[in-house]
Amino acid sequence: MNRDGYPDSYIRGILNTVKTIAMVGISPKDNRPSYFAFKYLLERGYHMVPVNPGQAGKEILGQKVYATLADIPEPVDMVDIFRASQFVMPVVQEALALKPKPQVIWMQLGIRNDEAAALAEAAGIKVVMDRCPKIEYGRLSSEISWMGINSRTLSSKRAQNFGGGFQRMGLGINNKREP
Amino acid sequence: MADAERIPGFNTLAIHAGAKPDPTTGARATPIYQTTSFVFDDVDHAASLFGLQAFGNIYTRIGNPTNAVLEERVAALEGGTAGLAVASGHAAQVVVMQTLLMPGDEFVASKKLYGGSINQFNHAFKSFGWQVVWADPDDISSFEKAITPKTKAIFIESIANPGGVITDIEAVSKIARKAGVPLIVDNTLATPYLCKPFNYGADIIVHSLTKFLGGHGNSIGGMIVDGGTFNWSREGRYPMLSEPRPEYSGIVLHETFGNFAFAIACRVLGLRDLGPALSPFNAFLILTGIETLPLRMQRHSDNALAVAEWLSKRPEVAWVSYAGLPGDKYNALAKKYTPKGSGAVMTVGLKGGYDAGVKLVSNVQLFSHLANIGDTRSLIIHPASTTHKQLSDAQKVQAGAGPDVVRLSIGLEDKEDIIADLEQGLTAK
Ligand SMILES: Cc1ncc(COP(=O)(O)O)c(C=O)c1O
Repeated sequence: MNRDGYPDSYIRGILNTVKTIAMVGISPKDNRPSYFAFKYLLERGYHMVPVNPGQAGKEILGQKVYATLADIPEPVDMVDIFRASQFVMPVVQEALALKPKPQVIWMQLGIRNDEAAALAEAAGIKVVMDRCPKIEYGRLSSEISWMGINSRTLSSKRAQNFGGGFQRMGLGINNKREP
Repeated sequence: MADAERIPGFNTLAIHAGAKPDPTTGARATPIYQTTSFVFDDVDHAASLFGLQAFGNIYTRIGNPTNAVLEERVAALEGGTAGLAVASGHAAQVVVMQTLLMPGDEFVASKKLYGGSINQFNHAFKSFGWQVVWADPDDISSFEKAITPKTKAIFIESIANPGGVITDIEAVSKIARKAGVPLIVDNTLATPYLCKPFNYGADIIVHSLTKFLGGHGNSIGGMIVDGGTFNWSREGRYPMLSEPRPEYSGIVLHETFGNFAFAIACRVLGLRDLGPALSPFNAFLILTGIETLPLRMQRHSDNALAVAEWLSKRPEVAWVSYAGLPGDKYNALAKKYTPKGSGAVMTVGLKGGYDAGVKLVSNVQLFSHLANIGDTRSLIIHPASTTHKQLSDAQKVQAGAGPDVVRLSIGLEDKEDIIADLEQGLTAK
């Protein structure tokens, strides 16, 4: 995978298949980008699992926080990493030790670690770096266009309403989750 | 083409970017959402929207779905990350500067700008405490000399109104990069069809949509486009972007919104609090105009070149300033920055001076005598007897509006008719 530019079909495929997302490094503060992304994905029907050793045992947005990936008592489809690039490798190693392994490792906007990406890819895991799943979801569902953002998508098909209101858009036929 | 694997061409983007069929009705043309406000899905949704945690619509002063299509359209045409539509070109300049400058700060601007911008910078901006320092686009080193520790931005026009001046965007962008400040380019006269300033190092583009983007002389509007290129957090000199914002419970916009943070800051801090919102009806008219932008700009430029060539051979004419003319001072820059054409606007010096200018604007039949550019119709103005009448003769010359100067904005009529009208206007007794 070319790590500088992911095709929209690749990102869309990931967001349309994963169901359980562990967010490593989520902040409990409601003004932090990680909190924004967590809340948004939760509202889009993903099963979100917060991971933050400092918050273990507490809840964020009603979801129980775990100290490490290994502590999560269920399979995880995607690990979303909100840690600076130099701290990514140990998280990826931890993710690779999970049974079953996650299908996707996602590093947030501004985060890139090519060595860790190569390790994950060698294990058959899809990798995304330097992107935000909230922004990508908003972009591919056309929701982000309401903010004047260049979604870099064109279509003569209408955008799909997510359900549960008028101002939530979904990713189309594969996305029938209830909010 | 649901996915952007294939990058669409300019003509396709001019018609489609931002405009999917309406999600609720299937309407194919972009609907005019003529409403002040939008109902929330529920209380949580309202809280998420106000906290910038969700994308959506609240109130038309902050955003509107018709305006949003226009924003995405222009952002896509310019190759930027996001756009923000505002009430006028001048409003775009206020909102951009308010996002970048604090009282006591400075910015460097080309002295070859639209006269209204020179006024805005010299007078209105001074009462905000923003100090303009002028530089000369014919002497690029003057930009570097004008930089001080207080400089927060550089402002230029790609093709300057009215003199046909083309600014060396790439050279100025190197100075901006070295100084660690964003380069703002007013791309009104060129439009992205003729010139793409982001390709030459611009960080922010502003437009008066009133002119060629709307293109039909029916709506005032402005646009800010974020290039997504500037690192706002690196130097910590732009607190609107890099500091926790008390207006939004401590959010840091750059870390939250990444490469479209500037456009978001202009929206949620500038437009929200200063208030120059664009009417959705104007956004609709301007969008309709943009669908034909590539066709119109090519015709404007082709007609203007023919008129400039014809005028330059006339006995009544002392000089023609149009960058598209071979031998023009700016022709080399025009070949680099605007290879498809040099736009519609030119200035002409008449041998008969002030009286000849008055006579020409009085005698034309097809040209409209008015203070605008960028209409389907051909337009003419004699600045010395109108827009610049209050200035002294010396000031008029300095502003490129000497007594002999006439400005033309060439329209989309048949070029033979445009030339015939000028001929009868120049020769009338
Ligand atoms: C180059 C340029 N910039 C900005 C403006 C200001 O735009 P508006 O009249 O939409 O406020 C104009 C208007 O003449 C212009 O020609």
